[in-house]
Amino acid sequence: MRIFSNFLLVAILAAMPVARAADITGVITFKGTPPPEADIGPTMTAASPDCAAMYDPAKMPTTHFYVVGAKGEFADVVVSLKDADGKDITGKSTGASAPPAVLDQKGCLYTPTILAIQTDQKLTVRNSDPCIHNVHITSTAGNPEHNDPQMPGGADLTYTFPKPEMFLTFQCDVHHWMFAWVSIFDNPYFSISDKDGKFTIKNVPPGKYTIEANHRKLGAKTQSVEVDDKDVTVNFTFEAK
Amino acid sequence: MNANAPVKINRPLHWFAVLAAVATFLLLGAGGLVTSHEAGMSVPDWPNSYGYNMFAFPVSKWTGGIFYEHTHRLWASVVGLMTTILAVWICLKDSRKWMKWLGLAAFLLVVLQGILGGLRVVLIDADLGVVHGIVGQTFFVLMCAIALFTSRFWIELASRQKNFSVPRGLRGHILFVTILIFLQLILGATMRGQHAGLAISDFPLAHGKIWPDTSADAIARYNANRIEVTNVNPITAFQIILQMVHRIVALVIFIGVAAAVGLSVKRLGKKDSLTKLAIFWLALIVLQIALGIATVLTNKAADVATAHVLVGALSLVTGALWCIIAFGRNVAVCDRRIEEQCSQSAATISGETAFAANK
Repeated sequence: MRIFSNFLLVAILAAMPVARAADITGVITFKGTPPPEADIGPTMTAASPDCAAMYDPAKMPTTHFYVVGAKGEFADVVVSLKDADGKDITGKSTGASAPPAVLDQKGCLYTPTILAIQTDQKLTVRNSDPCIHNVHITSTAGNPEHNDPQMPGGADLTYTFPKPEMFLTFQCDVHHWMFAWVSIFDNPYFSISDKDGKFTIKNVPPGKYTIEANHRKLGAKTQSVEVDDKDVTVNFTFEAK
Repeated sequence: MNANAPVKINRPLHWFAVLAAVATFLLLGAGGLVTSHEAGMSVPDWPNSYGYNMFAFPVSKWTGGIFYEHTHRLWASVVGLMTTILAVWICLKDSRKWMKWLGLAAFLLVVLQGILGGLRVVLIDADLGVVHGIVGQTFFVLMCAIALFTSRFWIELASRQKNFSVPRGLRGHILFVTILIFLQLILGATMRGQHAGLAISDFPLAHGKIWPDTSADAIARYNANRIEVTNVNPITAFQIILQMVHRIVALVIFIGVAAAVGLSVKRLGKKDSLTKLAIFWLALIVLQIALGIATVLTNKAADVATAHVLVGALSLVTGALWCIIAFGRNVAVCDRRIEEQCSQSAATISGETAFAANK
């Protein structure tokens, strides 16, 4: 009798509809010809020969505002969810328990240049270079601003940010071509497109949302999306202006 | 202020004042290079440098932007010391009370300027950087004025028989243009304080038009197509309008200074020292406009932009010194007339006394 009742309970639970989180995936595409990237080499060589010496003179670094693949795959686009009315989703951050994100200074450049984290998530800034950097953080949304020295081989610097913000600026004024932009969300529902233009926002609870794709140069595009128990695909296309 | 007051000429003091003014000019250049190389925050602490005493910071660490910021701080210390010595020297050796106050003002201003520069770094406040730039220009005018006031030229102004007063209309015109140049420097400092590169990168047109499109779509398009190595902040409609106002004011200043030359020739004559100064002023303005255009066409090359700052400072000082000399000449002429009237009155009185006695 007891075995039968347990079996019945399991059968009932299995038959009940359970709301399951789904993933939102997609591809970001760039249409048209992006503006040509600028050569950082001359500025680097003039201002800081020790940085320039880290590169092959024939392969000096360039800016990479438009990271576009052969078929228009568009990288470094920040994709995030807002509520159905297009407002920020707040109070859902799991940043305090999330592993730290890392921003490295290597070859007198920030790596990566586009990063996204949650509010209260630790961000570790590392100096892998044999030279001095200063980590200068400028906010337009009321997050704390910093300007901290980081000597070669110095300890990592750790920051957290309490407020959501798109493209919080990190820069090094010792090497004034070094920039990175960190977007901060008060929820875990965001992603950055990779070199294939692909992104995935994982474990999205069922509901109606606005999905936003934001490129630092081209601004934001939005679409409405409804998530139920199946994964959803949403694609974006940006065009040259 | 009495230009006729018997003042002893102190040549060492004057040449030290000139040296301090030249040092201040070079300091403006060093500060200009800091902003042009976006290096203002490259030394994050103050008054220390990366934890070192500023004067013990190893030369090996003066790399990249640190070189510009650190040498600016060191040179500022030299100017601060020179200003302190100058103020004390004036206090001890210059008999004019107002000069002692001027020396004290220079000392206080250089202290304020140092604190502003430090707070800009410590508080990470770009607006303070703009104020720092404006106070720097004001301090340079003050140092040049002190150099003028300690000069033989100024002290002997009263005794020059050739002096004649400068018409009020001409004085007012030049004062107006000088104030306009000061406002133009504030505009320039505000533009540089945006750290956003060139808001308009073409000339003589602006984004291909006589008056640029500042709609949201246009701004988005400009930013999408700007590929900057440095100065990566997006440009705004405000910054574009700021640069347009800067261009228009430059034209008004050019017309104003050209008119000042014409008025000086007409009212004072070609050989008058103030006419010559006005012609020099016009040459500076022409150079300044050329440097402004070059700043745009070279995409704000650091050396060109800094030269633009320096010639701007010289333009302001030239106008200010013109006004001061004109004022000094008028006072001298006025004093001489009073003396002559006194002498005449004294002669009349003594004549009347003699007449009465004889009577």
